Amino acid sequence: MKHIFLATILAGAMSLPAVAADYTIIAPANPGGGWDQTARSLQTVMQQEGISGNVQVQNVPGAGGTIGLAQFASQQKGNPNALIVGGYVMVGAILTNKSPVTLKDVTPIARLTGEYEAVVVPASSEIKTMGDLVEALKKDPGAVSWAGGSAGGTDHIAVGLIAKAAGVDPTKINYIAYSGGGEALAAILGSQVTAGVSGYGEFESQVKAGTLRLLAVSSAERIAGVDAPTLKEAGVDVVVENWRMVAAAPGLSDEQKAAVSADIEKLAKSAGWQEVLKTKGWQDSYLAGDAFNVQLDKDVAATEGVLKDIGLVK
Amino acid sequence: MATFEFLLQGLLVAAQPMNLLYALIGVTLGTAVGVLPGIGPALTVALLLPVTYRLDPGGSLIMFAGIYYGGMYGGSTTSILLNTPGESASIVTALEGNKMARAGRGGPALATAAIGSFVAGLIATLGLAFIAPYIVKLALVFGPREYFALMVLAFVTVSSAFGDSTLRGLTSLFVGLALSIIGIDQLTGQARLSFGVPELLDGIEVTTLAVAMFAIGETLYIAAQGDKGPDKVEAVRGSIWMSAADWARSWKAWLRGTFIGFPIGAMPAGGAEIGTFLSYAAEKRLTKHPEEFGNGAIEGVAGPEAANNASAAGTLVPLLTLGLPTTATAAIMLAGFQQYGLQPGPLLFATNPQLVWGLIASLLIANFMLLVLNLPLIGLWVKLLTVPKPWLYAGILLFATLGTIGANPSVYELGMLLAFGLLGYAMRIFGYPIAPVVVGLILGPLAEQQLRRALAISQGDYSVLFTSPIAAVLLIIAAAALIVPLILRARGRGEVLSQLAANED
Repeated sequence: MKHIFLATILAGAMSLPAVAADYTIIAPANPGGGWDQTARSLQTVMQQEGISGNVQVQNVPGAGGTIGLAQFASQQKGNPNALIVGGYVMVGAILTNKSPVTLKDVTPIARLTGEYEAVVVPASSEIKTMGDLVEALKKDPGAVSWAGGSAGGTDHIAVGLIAKAAGVDPTKINYIAYSGGGEALAAILGSQVTAGVSGYGEFESQVKAGTLRLLAVSSAERIAGVDAPTLKEAGVDVVVENWRMVAAAPGLSDEQKAAVSADIEKLAKSAGWQEVLKTKGWQDSYLAGDAFNVQLDKDVAATEGVLKDIGLVK
Repeated sequence: MATFEFLLQGLLVAAQPMNLLYALIGVTLGTAVGVLPGIGPALTVALLLPVTYRLDPGGSLIMFAGIYYGGMYGGSTTSILLNTPGESASIVTALEGNKMARAGRGGPALATAAIGSFVAGLIATLGLAFIAPYIVKLALVFGPREYFALMVLAFVTVSSAFGDSTLRGLTSLFVGLALSIIGIDQLTGQARLSFGVPELLDGIEVTTLAVAMFAIGETLYIAAQGDKGPDKVEAVRGSIWMSAADWARSWKAWLRGTFIGFPIGAMPAGGAEIGTFLSYAAEKRLTKHPEEFGNGAIEGVAGPEAANNASAAGTLVPLLTLGLPTTATAAIMLAGFQQYGLQPGPLLFATNPQLVWGLIASLLIANFMLLVLNLPLIGLWVKLLTVPKPWLYAGILLFATLGTIGANPSVYELGMLLAFGLLGYAMRIFGYPIAPVVVGLILGPLAEQQLRRALAISQGDYSVLFTSPIAAVLLIIAAAALIVPLILRARGRGEVLSQLAANED
């Protein structure tokens, strides 16, 4: 019986067409987080779709991804088969940690996924609309406590932007950082804080169950199937997207870069990847080439500005 | 009644021969990988998750449950036999378990760990099935100030439970607290004591410190003694099975460990380690054989092992009822569930009853398989101790290094492993207990963050720390645990205490 089982696995593995590169993907975070899930989804789909016969995922956790990034830039130089997953949080971490290695030191290939932020309050809260929340914030910024992910991360940046757009001094915000979305969610559900900010996916099932009230989402347009105004509609001119990307090693030739880009494009367009996006609740934000590089520069500049406003970067 | 029917249905599916085989394979793989020091259940599950993708949902869920419990259990085997905890939840197990193994009682130590894990897993899984919705309500009441009070209680009980000298215990604890400050401050994102070394930004990994202190420190200590070292370790003295006395001393510890571990595991910021600390402290206080603590007391293995398995099941409470992954392992399980379109959250029990009950039934089956697999293997594991010392310790060094590199491939991590190994060696020579260092590293940041969160939410008003009823009760218990023994000792120079102990018999 055991042999049958092993044989199934082996047969499964062998039946994959042996093609092109065997990739190694660095997930610069602990197993379980968003980057790890992105890397492992890439692994599964690349093998499924026959883009690569053998894909390994390696976790190099630490400091908002900057440890993994630094190791990747120095150790994989010129290696066309190495990839690293990263994203918006990494942009902020590079700035707050004063990381010597930045996204300029690797070869960004494409933006793959995006997730919008959501602002919620407990169902029992007296705050009914985004307008109420902004009102309370204007009255006494310190009295409004916000739960969200790590300091300087996307959630923190979103709160800083909301305060700024509402005409409140961003350094006055009372942001309570939690190590993960889960812990923050518990604090919001338990009414320990006034409001919560995190990726919409973290709150979705609670909103549907009626235990949390969704005030607004941070997308530019309303999201299909989500019954809430955008921040912009609610009078707060803020758009934030927590995107994730994939980058290749520094020092690649143009042909090598083109080959990696082609593989990633094939992945992003595949049915398998679309299925992953659907089950994980990620938005398809595929953007590659020069358009991505321009957008990346814009995001870095904007993030630096916000972090300075909040007072996390001097 | 519907609950019972669903559970029975799930059990029937899980008990099919093919599914039992998947459970066995899962448990075997999980244990094998979990035995490597430094590789905890989170990484074990992440590494082995893809294996389950090729099966049908039922079979894959069962194998998955097997891997989870196997990984949790694997860590305790190395803790007991080699003094090398595989993960932070089995650190306490090493304290008494390894002493037992050296005294030729490795068999009973492994058995009480395995059976204790089974008993705790069984009760906690049933608890998950029947009282999860209530437990989760209680857990949500815990805000920063309640957590801070819980941490204070843990500090007070734990620091008195390790070692004979309170001063030495506290010294070790403060070494751990100092180490815990290193890295990015979670609440402001600013780096502390990292001296510009990027690898230090995330602080010191608990498993690296634990493996270094226990395994490397121990190896250096043994090597430094050369031929003059203690007598050869006796692999087996008496039966390798538990005697009637072992059973009598274990069963209460299992139950207490379960009742401590399950609710703490269910709290969003609880974590398996705190349950094991509290369980160890409780057993040490309640034992009728205090002289054996520190020299291999079976309660000291039974309680914490039950607590860590119960909290593993407790972790599933917020995961299934709220969709809250409170540990890295739970986050990976979440990813695992999503492949079946199972979206954990408040609606899960209503929308997907088959899968949920299938999972709970799988956990029960996996728990049972763990016992089936491990009890017969105890004889084989214990033989490890008969390996000649130079080979055994060379092997420990190899596995400790491999495990650390496997979990975090970095030169700095290796450097830290060696540096802390030297620290562990020095502390052993001068008679300082090792465990409080690790305890300080784990509890320090939790206590600090919760205190600062509580004060940030109250905008600096200290009175909130005492005005919540739960926090107040916890603080009063902590104060009593600290002051009562002092008063009793002052009044009767310990006579009252010994009187009390004598009366219990």
